[in-house]
Formats: sequence, structure tokens, C-alpha cells
Amino acid sequence: MPPLLQLENVEAHYGRIRALKDVSLEAAEGSIVALLGANGAGKTTTLRVISGLLRPTAGAVKYAGQRVERLSAEALVRLGIAHVPEGRQIFPELTVGENLRLGAYTRRDRAGMEQDLQRVFALFPRLRERALQHGGTLSGGEQQMLAIGRALMTHPRLLLLDEPSLGLAPLLIQEIFRVIQEVRGQGATVLLVEQNVHMALSIADYGYVLETGRVMLSGAPDQLRANAEVQRSYLGA
Amino acid sequence: MAWLTTLPWGQLIINGIALGSLYALTAFGIVLIYKTTDVLTFGQGELAMFSAFIAFTLLDRLKLPFPVAFVLTLVFALGLGAVVERVLMRRAQQGSILNSIIVTIGLALVLVGMAGFIWGYEVRPFPDPVTGPPFLFRVSPTQNLVLTQLSAVILAVTLVLMLLLFAFFRFSLVGIAMRAVAQNRVAARLMGIPVDRINALGWGVGAALGAVTGMLIAPTNSLFPNMMGDVAIKAYAGAVLGGITSLPGAVVGGLLLGIIDSVAGFQAPELRTTIAFTLLVIVLVIRPAGLLGRREIKKV
Repeated sequence: MPPLLQLENVEAHYGRIRALKDVSLEAAEGSIVALLGANGAGKTTTLRVISGLLRPTAGAVKYAGQRVERLSAEALVRLGIAHVPEGRQIFPELTVGENLRLGAYTRRDRAGMEQDLQRVFALFPRLRERALQHGGTLSGGEQQMLAIGRALMTHPRLLLLDEPSLGLAPLLIQEIFRVIQEVRGQGATVLLVEQNVHMALSIADYGYVLETGRVMLSGAPDQLRANAEVQRSYLGA
Repeated sequence: MAWLTTLPWGQLIINGIALGSLYALTAFGIVLIYKTTDVLTFGQGELAMFSAFIAFTLLDRLKLPFPVAFVLTLVFALGLGAVVERVLMRRAQQGSILNSIIVTIGLALVLVGMAGFIWGYEVRPFPDPVTGPPFLFRVSPTQNLVLTQLSAVILAVTLVLMLLLFAFFRFSLVGIAMRAVAQNRVAARLMGIPVDRINALGWGVGAALGAVTGMLIAPTNSLFPNMMGDVAIKAYAGAVLGGITSLPGAVVGGLLLGIIDSVAGFQAPELRTTIAFTLLVIVLVIRPAGLLGRREIKKV
């Protein structure tokens, strides 16, 4: 079976600055793939290309067997790609319930939407308690839950997570990672950008290390952990 | 201060509310466009004026009945707003905030020029949507409060529109999406919300509100290309007074300004604008975010 997601020699620019040089990676259906690397390595840019926020200047993005690099972000949501951007980006002046309702903006299957809402509340009971509160009044951890929950309301086949643990207390980070595994267990494929390399490798099936816009290294978590370069740069060994 | 008690307060306040409804409707359109598209438009009054001319043509040349002309004008304004967004604002917004503000000022000038070219600059009477004797309310044996039928219609239309829009933004998916687009454009795209179309809708609804205002103002102020000048300035003041980000604020601000206008205009007609703006400045010094506004926290 071909992988659900495949990037082939992708290049991307912000204006004149080249952010991705030659990125090739893939994610098999139902796997968790970690995208690692220092700040500015191109992790966020890679996610932006996949979700259609940034159009690549060269290369191909294949998703579920078709070329998608020229599709709009709106179209890609309908195809099942959900992107939880860095910094959560919830709608602060909408209630938790309204935020979640917008996650299902493109859907018309009422039964499925209700089912997904119950699934989100089961994953994050706190969102149910705060359903009538404005998103901006939530704590950082709750906002991250809301951002993930909102993305799950699109019923994604591919979930892109950008630094979900950023700025959260250790206990909350564990909760978020537990949910990521659960979501994968329910059939979604996860592409995870993380600074917290230990945690990311502990749940990932495969990992890529980016450096200045290109893939420097890839392998199973054990291989990456054993790599001297990774140890020195990211694991503080 | 004896004059304070001799003023016909009840009547002045009624007049002020009727006048303020027009400010409120215009302010509402300005805030609506600002909230959904992040553009502070200076073309709202002129959009209203242009639509009033369209209504005039439908009524006077084609002899259509008022309700039909009203609805057709609304449809026209909705389209005009969407075209403005599609042709001008979508491009202008690629640049700085200043670009889009200047473009709206240009739009205002173009609309005035076009209206003058098509219909001429002379002042024309605009047919009253309602005719009949004013309503009288007896408050004491010697005093009646007077509400003209036109004022009653203006009040009723304002109230109904406010309620409809409130429900639309609170309960409908598209309304919630419009608020979301205003708060975070990128996140809205990631939800699959067609941001461009939502912006066009924001301009369309804003222009349609303007059309209602234009059709309600023209009967009292008459119809001419610069008819909205004074109203628009008061509407901006009302929008700012209420807090530029708050839809209820726009209504409260517009009504308040209308009342101030009416009272000050009775006591010192030549100072009414000065007094209104002095009060505006005082409010903004005390509450920079406006009466109902939220202090905006923009991430850098």
C-alpha cells in the first residue's frame, strides 16, 4: 500500500528566502511520524505546505494517491487534512462550543458530527465543562486541547500537530501525548512537530530530522536515539 | 441652570433616538465591515447614498411600489458590496492597513462622482415610505409627545435589523464563521472556511445595511450625492464611542450621539456638532476602548 502522505523534493519560499530546499518524506496510514529539528529548520513550513497554507515552489505533495500541492487549504480540509498550528490559534472571542462547531464547518453529516463531538468531549472532558466559556479565557493547556479538539471535529484522516507541548506543564504534556496516541488508535495518521524530542520519539513510529530546510536524517525512533548527532543536538547527551 | 428644567426633554429624546437610529444603522455597517474584514471603511455613507439613488430610480422612473424597490435595492447593495470586496479590497488588503483605508476613501469619492454624473448634483425630494399623521402620546394635559410615522418606521426597522443580525451572528454557522474570520484568518482557513467569500459577504451585508440607511435618510435629508456627509461623520463618532469592535456598542453609540445632537441642537444649534464631539473626546479619554469596546490585544 502506498503511504497516505508523500512529499517529494519539496521546495518552498517565503518571498525570496528559501525555507525548504529538498524535503522528501512519507507517512504510512495509521502511523505517528515525528518531525524534529532546531528552530528555523523548516518543520512548521513543511506543515504549512501540506495543509495548503503555503504553496511549494517545486516538488510534489501526494495525499491518498493524488497530487494536492496546488489545492487550497479549504479544499484540503474537506479531503481530511487537519492542521493544528503553532501557538494553538483558537478563536478567543468565540465560545468553546462555537470553536468546536467551526471545526465541522465543511461537514453536513449531522450524526457523524455529533459522534465526533462526543469523542472530543470523551478525550477532553474539560472542554465539555467549559463549553460556554470564551476560548480566550481558557488556560494554555485547555486552549491546546481546544485546538486539537477543533481539528478532530473535521474528522481528519491526517492530523498535523505543530508543537502541541509548547509551554505546557509536564502533566498536561502527558495528557496531550496520551490523546495523540488515542487518536492514532482510532485510525488517524499523525504528523507531529515537536521540540520535546524524548516525548516525540517515545510515541512515534518513524522520525525525520530537518536542518536548514532539508532532511538530514530519518529512521525508526531507536535508530534516531542511537545516532550520535541526534544525541548531541537534541537529546542533551 | 433654570433652562435645564424648561427643556422639552421627552420630545428631544424621542427626536434624538429617531435621528440616532440613522447614525446607529450607519455605524453598525462600519463596525460590521471592520469586524469581519479588519478594514475601517470610509465609504459606508457613500455606499448608502448610491443605493438610495438606485432606490430613487426604481421608485421614480420605473414606478415600482416601495416594498419592491426596497428589496431590489437591498439585493443591488449586497452585490455592490461583494464586488467592492472582490475587485478592490482583496487586492488592497495585500498591503498595509493604510492602503485599504485609502482605497475606501477613494471608493467614497468615486461613488459621489458617479452619482453626480448619472443623476446630477441637484437636491431631489425622495418619496416617503409612509404617509399619515404623526403618532401623539399624551404625557400631561398640556403636553403631547410627537413621533412622526417616518421616525416610527426608522425605529422599528433599526430594532428589527439589530435583532436579526444579533441572531445571525450568534446562532448561524455562517455568522459564527464571520466572527471567526475576523479573529483569526489563518485558523479560519484551516477550518475549511472560505475566507474570501466570507469577506465578500461581510461587505455585502455592510452595504445592504447602508442601503437601508440611505433609503430611510433620504426622505428627511433629500437626495443628493453629498447627502450622507453629516450623518457619516456622526456615525463614525458613534462607532468609536461605542467601541469600534462592538456591534451593540455601535447601536448604543449612535443612539447616544443622536440624543446629544438633538438636545444640543435645540439649545445651541450652531454648537451641536462641537458639543457632540467634545463629549466623544471626553469619553475616549476616560475609556479609550469606547463604551462597550474591548481593548484589543494584537500579537506582534
